[in-house]
Amino acid sequence: MEKTYISFTEEMKKDYTVLIPNMLPMHFELIRRVFGNYGLRAELLLTQGQKIKDTGLKYVHNDTCYPAILVIGQFIDALESGKYDPHKVALILFQTGGGCRASNYINLLRKALAKAGYGYVPVISFSLAGIEEHPGFKLSIPILHRLMYAIFYADLLMSLRNQCRTYEVRRGESEELAQRWTERLSNEMKDEKKVSYKKVKENYRLIINDFNAIPREEKKCPKVGVVGEIFVKYSPLGNNNLEDFLVSEGAEVVVPGLLDFCLYCLYNNLMDTKLYGISKVKYPIMKIAYKFLLKKQQDLINIINEDGNFDPPTPFSHTVSLISGYLGIGTKMGEGWLLTAEMLELADKGVPNIVCTQPFGCLPNHICGKGMMKPIKEKNPNINIVAIDYDAGATAVNQENRIKLMLANSK
Amino acid sequence: MTEIKKTPYSLGIDIGSTTAKIVLRKNEEILFEKYERHMSQVRQKTLELLEQIKPYVEDEEFTVALSGSAGLGLAESAGIPFVQEVFATGELVKKLCPDTSAVIELGGEDAKIIFFDGGTDERMNGTCAGGTGAFIDQMATLLDVSADEMDELSLGCSRIYPIASRCGVFAKTDIQPLLNQGARKEDVAASIYQAVVNQTIAGLAQGRRIKGKVLFLGGPLYYCRGLRERFRETLGLSEEEAPCPEYARFAVALGASIYAERTGHCTTLDELSGSVRENINVGSVSNRLSPLFENENEYELFRSRHEKASVEERDINTYSGRAYLGIDCGSTTTKIVLLSDDKKILYSFYDSNRGNPVEIVRDQLQKIYSLTGDRIKICGSAVTGYGEELIKHAFGVDMGIVETIAHYTAAKYFMPDVDFILDIGGQDIKCFKIKNGAIDSIMLNEACSSGCGSFIETFAKSMGYSIDEFAKKGLFSKAPVNLGSRCTVFMNSSVKQSQRDGATVEDISAGLSVSVVKNAIYKVIRAASAAELGEHIVVQGGTFYNDAVLRAFELELSQNVIRPAIAGLMGAYGAALCSMKLEQSSIISPDELGSFTHSSKSAICKGCTNNCHLTVNLFSGGHKFISGNQCEKGLGITEAAEKLPNLHAFKRDYFSSLEAKNGGRGVIGLPLALGMYELLPLWHTLFTELGFKVEVSQLSTKRTYEKGQFSIPSDTACYPAKIMHGHIEELVDKKVTAIFYPCLTYNIDEKYSDNHYNCPVVAYYSELLNGNVDSLGKVKFLYPYLNINDRRELVAELLKYFRENLGDFNKREISRAVKLAFAAYEKYMSDVKRAGEEAIAYARRSGKRIMILAGRPYHVDPEIGHGIDKLASSLGFVVVSEDSVYHLTEPARVAVLNQWTYHARLYRAAKLAAENSDIQLVQLVSFGCGVDAITTDEVRAILESKGKFYTQIKIDEITNLGAVKIRLRSLIGALDQ
Repeated sequence: MEKTYISFTEEMKKDYTVLIPNMLPMHFELIRRVFGNYGLRAELLLTQGQKIKDTGLKYVHNDTCYPAILVIGQFIDALESGKYDPHKVALILFQTGGGCRASNYINLLRKALAKAGYGYVPVISFSLAGIEEHPGFKLSIPILHRLMYAIFYADLLMSLRNQCRTYEVRRGESEELAQRWTERLSNEMKDEKKVSYKKVKENYRLIINDFNAIPREEKKCPKVGVVGEIFVKYSPLGNNNLEDFLVSEGAEVVVPGLLDFCLYCLYNNLMDTKLYGISKVKYPIMKIAYKFLLKKQQDLINIINEDGNFDPPTPFSHTVSLISGYLGIGTKMGEGWLLTAEMLELADKGVPNIVCTQPFGCLPNHICGKGMMKPIKEKNPNINIVAIDYDAGATAVNQENRIKLMLANSK
Repeated sequence: MTEIKKTPYSLGIDIGSTTAKIVLRKNEEILFEKYERHMSQVRQKTLELLEQIKPYVEDEEFTVALSGSAGLGLAESAGIPFVQEVFATGELVKKLCPDTSAVIELGGEDAKIIFFDGGTDERMNGTCAGGTGAFIDQMATLLDVSADEMDELSLGCSRIYPIASRCGVFAKTDIQPLLNQGARKEDVAASIYQAVVNQTIAGLAQGRRIKGKVLFLGGPLYYCRGLRERFRETLGLSEEEAPCPEYARFAVALGASIYAERTGHCTTLDELSGSVRENINVGSVSNRLSPLFENENEYELFRSRHEKASVEERDINTYSGRAYLGIDCGSTTTKIVLLSDDKKILYSFYDSNRGNPVEIVRDQLQKIYSLTGDRIKICGSAVTGYGEELIKHAFGVDMGIVETIAHYTAAKYFMPDVDFILDIGGQDIKCFKIKNGAIDSIMLNEACSSGCGSFIETFAKSMGYSIDEFAKKGLFSKAPVNLGSRCTVFMNSSVKQSQRDGATVEDISAGLSVSVVKNAIYKVIRAASAAELGEHIVVQGGTFYNDAVLRAFELELSQNVIRPAIAGLMGAYGAALCSMKLEQSSIISPDELGSFTHSSKSAICKGCTNNCHLTVNLFSGGHKFISGNQCEKGLGITEAAEKLPNLHAFKRDYFSSLEAKNGGRGVIGLPLALGMYELLPLWHTLFTELGFKVEVSQLSTKRTYEKGQFSIPSDTACYPAKIMHGHIEELVDKKVTAIFYPCLTYNIDEKYSDNHYNCPVVAYYSELLNGNVDSLGKVKFLYPYLNINDRRELVAELLKYFRENLGDFNKREISRAVKLAFAAYEKYMSDVKRAGEEAIAYARRSGKRIMILAGRPYHVDPEIGHGIDKLASSLGFVVVSEDSVYHLTEPARVAVLNQWTYHARLYRAAKLAAENSDIQLVQLVSFGCGVDAITTDEVRAILESKGKFYTQIKIDEITNLGAVKIRLRSLIGALDQ
């Protein structure tokens, strides 16, 4: 098929700035640094505010999912801000593909750019499937290797920060520590020729020790899990600063890590072969990658357990096993079965209070979120879930009021 | 003041979205209680109420807690303990009525259900289900009665009309035409309550049965007997089983006072009033817009500029000669213009319908006749708008004109080179682009986004202002609030948010005006810049009388526009202009008018299985007008209309003709919904060949939906998915052995698109059904994950699955059945394609217009498609479906990822329409279809690239076809030019 997009060329790599949308502050900062180390000037968009929504609504069909409106709004808002030379800017979008309309974000972005008069701005599709060609942006093995550790590190930092934040004596200390580690880790990854796994594990321990050293109050706080569509689940821009709100209400926030989502994507490839007999060629490689990551996750869990002061992530293989009796493993569009599994996983590890976030009218969520509430509640009478819709028109007051109801009933 | 002290007094304050409630107790005795509307003046009203408890507490200490969605902000800023309102209610009921099984509490904008049996479960409505107390208020305004009168009326009902129950806006689009068609107010009132009941049950109970002792709480349920009646009837409960206690209105406030005791947060009246007062003028700066006018001077300049666009008038008392009458019977207002033969205005009228346009028009005609006497002779008359048919029949008006044509005629007369018209009326937003003197494209608002004139008006009323006062207040707001551009339900909660942030009425008024404008520009027109609209813009419609709206529009576009002084009369003016070509009018004579009578009654059409609810209007002289039906059948017209090819009907007939055979292996139920609408021939053959008797559920009706609605967990899913629940119930009732609806991540691969997915809902709805439909426990529910693109793989998958679930099978019989199944599917698809080709050939032979009524396969369902195919057919179109004609052209190149099988056909069919001047495409879009947010822009781009009209019809539960008819007639009108 004819190429309908503008490639990001080697030439552009020299003096273009690549803008990254901010879905997960810590993860994406680390990822940005990894790219930086390989000669790509990247910048994380930290902008907030009404203008982003308004810009998104202007250039994207208003019934499109909220994350698309936000991400595209944030990009165009940045291009219009005057801070960058639009002729020296490229944008990057992370894509997983699949039957959800989210696979179309990149096309919607390009259409919106054209509408706004920025049709010449290249958009890089970040996808392991490598659908598009961008000579200036190639994912080599060393980069992927580092990206993988970036995710492990950031998941750990996010989890420990959340476990300390509600209890910290000096406000902001956990966040500061996480920031310092982000800085340090990205510098380390820059200097080393090859990432040594021994060093990584050493770092895990150091991080855990540092968080352990934060003075914390002894108090009983309700634990509240956050699950949902990946963007509104993680992005403060998408969920009206949900984590901050929960902390201010005295809750400890538990957010499953990004690794789960990566494993979920891999696992779905395996399932395509199992259920439908397709993608048989890729199967062995996917299987190796899956096992490899599972092992790495187990290593991290072991290290957290050695210390014994923090809750480790749930082994992914256990998370997968939990959905049996709820829905089929073939439900793979959007967050698919992972969404249901994460709610069960939270309940399983003693976090019965859950905010299930979704963009208004999110299609897979009809099935895997709201559609699974009844069976989940029936089989786990103790669970306390509230489903919150996020949307350009939805107001924080309605959302907070519903979350407050969940908190009032928290266990 | 936070020192814990024991005091017998405790105070609970509940500030909801529309009312403030206060309860003062001394131990268990209630000393004072009050329930008042706060008109959005949250802090002032709180102070007023606090003033009133003074005699009871004086300087005593008391505990206090605040509750309610609008009380959140006040509690935060004044440092008063806050308790979530549903939680407060739950605690109260546990204490006062421990034997309660469930509570239904309706508030101004929230609906709540609490279940107590088997673990407390407290639920609130989602974001898209506004429409409770505020909804009832809005509907009462629509009926032109007070809320009390509406309650009174509802008790005298004789029938219930189906009214869309999901969202207030939808309900409104159903109700307004009912009124315009002359339905009895008693019946409409009761139907409105029924809609609230259905909405509460569908949106909140979500599969959990409401039974046992049920408590009704909250203002609306306390005040509306009729509403309680509807709830009891629907739930099958007696008055003893479902009481509404005396404290119903105060439940939350009472609950808050109990919570207050527990917090031990003590204060005195002075202290409390002080901290509330301190916060009275704290305005938040977040999320505000720039003012509409910087100063009075700027406003004066603006006014004088617009005053120039006026129309000359002539004195009706002195004029003699010919005159022409134009009537625009809109959804909320009726407009009348009488023109002299030199096109000057002799008489004009603009007012609310008050739910009975016939009466209004009669009064006006009488008035006109009394003014004209014998001097003036009406030589032509024309009517346009929602009530066109009714008024035409009632008064013998000569012509009916499509709204779009009427408006363009008027605008063109005003500004010959007009290239863009935007009309915002009570209920509609209409925009047309004009190119080369003809209407080039038409955009109308979708039923969901009717944030139009009537919204501002009802909002103004709910805040205690007339629309004029309210609009004036907005002009000089220093910091209008940003209320978003979505539907009215969201706007309501945005207003609530802004109240929490301390916005004034002025700021809210200005903010609403900006919202209406943004809604029109970004949601309806889908424009990114002013340049896209045009250079010569005329704005009209009653809403533009509001200077704040007009100003907001000009500011948003950075461009001046023309607003005719008769902005609200343009439809009537255009109709009158159209009638000037007539010589002799058949309009009712003054004598006949004197003895004119009108009454209406309801009936059910027996013309076909749709069983449309009809309203029969009887006029003096024995002639009648029937409305409400989906086709022309029930009108009593027995014209032998030629039957045009209709592919939607063809497909329905094809499915109905599939025959079941009695095999020995049991009965398999196939629900005729979602993906089954295409793969039925395949699965039907497969199971028949394997020795099963196949039972297919019937084509849907409203009843099908109602049968299953109680188990729908996600109220924002599309109607085609939600109706699936009814099909499942039907099959379970038929006692089938098993029900089959497989999970198909991948649809049929037609090998020309980027991928061939199903949408997530079509693919996985079985998972949701399995988790939510309890009655599935009575049968086997089979929903294997299958690959239908690899037959060997499919055989293996089915063999394994059937052996596990249905008994013994061998590979040979499955292989054979699969082979025959695909043959049946391929035959079906080729039959459909051939029928499509024949239909097009027929149309071309007989000079008919061709309409591709495009959507998904399941849109041919009579309930989901609402008989739009029949309507189009009766308007003279040969109707084909997207899957019957897409093969006639090459695949379309699109700017998006072409990854769904159904939608790839849609794009291709659009390309076919773009390439052929005699083929029009009308896209059916189900409300809530996320995928169509992507396809609609793309289909529109394909059509408009070749200068074709794009017409989109958004459908949901809505049962009234009035708006659709206007849309299709506008299309015809534009094609005729």
